[in-house]
Amino acid sequence: MSTPDVISIGYLVAAVLFILGLKALGRPRTAPRGNLLGATGMLLAILVTLLDQSIISYGVLVAGLALGGLIGAVLALRVQMTAMPELVALFNGFGGGASVLVASASFIEAVDLGRADNQLAVAAALTALIGAVTFTGSLVAFAKLQESLKWSGFGGIQIFNAAGMTAGVVLVVLVTAQPGEWAWLWALVAVGLVVGATATLPIGGADMPVIIALLNSFSGLAASATGFVLENSLLIIAGSLVGASGLILTRIMCVAMNRSILDVVFSAAPVAVVGDGDEIYEGKIASTSAEEVAMLLETASRVAIVPGYGMAVAQAQHAVRDLMQTLQDSGVEVVFGIHPVAGRMPGHMNVLLAEAEIAYELLLDMGQVNPTFAQTDVTIVIGANDVVNPAARTDPDSPIAGMPILDVDESRTVVVIKRSLSPGFAGIANPLFAADNTLMLFGDGRQATLDIVAALVNA
Amino acid sequence: MTLLLAVTLFVLAVFLGMELIAKVPATLHTPLMSGSNAISGITLIGALVSAGTEHTTLTTVLGFLAVTLATVNVVGGFLVTDRMLSMFSNRRKRRE
Repeated sequence: MSTPDVISIGYLVAAVLFILGLKALGRPRTAPRGNLLGATGMLLAILVTLLDQSIISYGVLVAGLALGGLIGAVLALRVQMTAMPELVALFNGFGGGASVLVASASFIEAVDLGRADNQLAVAAALTALIGAVTFTGSLVAFAKLQESLKWSGFGGIQIFNAAGMTAGVVLVVLVTAQPGEWAWLWALVAVGLVVGATATLPIGGADMPVIIALLNSFSGLAASATGFVLENSLLIIAGSLVGASGLILTRIMCVAMNRSILDVVFSAAPVAVVGDGDEIYEGKIASTSAEEVAMLLETASRVAIVPGYGMAVAQAQHAVRDLMQTLQDSGVEVVFGIHPVAGRMPGHMNVLLAEAEIAYELLLDMGQVNPTFAQTDVTIVIGANDVVNPAARTDPDSPIAGMPILDVDESRTVVVIKRSLSPGFAGIANPLFAADNTLMLFGDGRQATLDIVAALVNA
Repeated sequence: MTLLLAVTLFVLAVFLGMELIAKVPATLHTPLMSGSNAISGITLIGALVSAGTEHTTLTTVLGFLAVTLATVNVVGGFLVTDRMLSMFSNRRKRRE
């Protein structure tokens, strides 16, 4: 069997492993095996690629693999579970960036050897554009999630982005029309890098999970487009599998917010913070103490806990588990209400609660938990804001109007654990805090939860 | 590979991807995303060829950077997914 045949068969087996892996990742029981299958497919693909006879030097490869492997392993093993969205965004960006570099290098080589044709050029151009947008888009998302970047753009940024995207399309045509002229490709990469950053800048808050899922899809599409450049079947297959699954996730997130993807990407103009909510909150805020909450909980028979991004920030997931345990020990039914876009990436809350060893049968999604709030004695909102804001239902002018929310205000009493009355990522006031059946417990999420547990135990 | 064949592969794989992911519970959204993200690091195999061919210094440098970035994506992606998923299964074992 010739070496190219061995490589092709290796790629075929790797593609099958990716497919089986993705399928297994979709079910809780088989998910760890699915990840292993995917990793095995990747290892196989790397090993057979090293047989490629056009590779004449292994020194550079070993150096790159060693360096990348080290960085990846350290990041993956060191990161706090609460910082997971940032890390996923970062890895995503690296994948997109790698695709740009590969496509550029191959295109330059093809131009030098006089082999660049229109087909190659259009594939390289698309890779450059999608990959560059993915790279800077992910890095900006990373910086925003880390909160090291607070700037959300400048006036007219939407027009700027539209102009940038138009320039990108023009440059794709130019690269294709003049495949021998690779300066156009660099211009295209530059435009992609700028637009990726400026398109992600204004996006914040509840829209973040949509963007993370979309960028995930883009990194797959960039890999797939690279496959067209290299005429490599495995890149095309694996890249488009990921591209498609990312699009499905993006769609799930959009449905959860009652918004279209175009709406999320293009209408996310920088939201002017609507006052500081004084006119809504004035004289209507009922503040409470951990002891008072504990007394409420003692007489409750059903308690719902609604976590949000603030739980991640306060690292409160273990304290929440203790609270659940204490309540369950005294016979209280406890459930968790999880909004699909709570947190900063799809499934964010589920990961944190799993880390705290809370059974996932107790994690109810929006459709399951909403009809039950009316029969719930106490709902504890910890670190969630926009996803429980009744303005989404009642105020047609609100930036989040029409977004499906968790109807926590229907429960008998709502306890909101929050540092202050500051608005959530959407930058709007929350009438829930001023509602008659709402008590505010001001403080750090973790400490406040532990205080409630202590008050329950000492009672 | 002809363009038509490449497009055929692309279209079929997109449909397959959508079928595979269609009904995934919310609990698995994050691991699924980071696992599939690691798979999108497949661009690594293209990077290996670019870097190893040593066509010019420029393509070798681009290739080296690509290998490094893609390897971070692949190794980090699979490891972090495994870490997340082991939290799910640890709990299951403990309850059994």
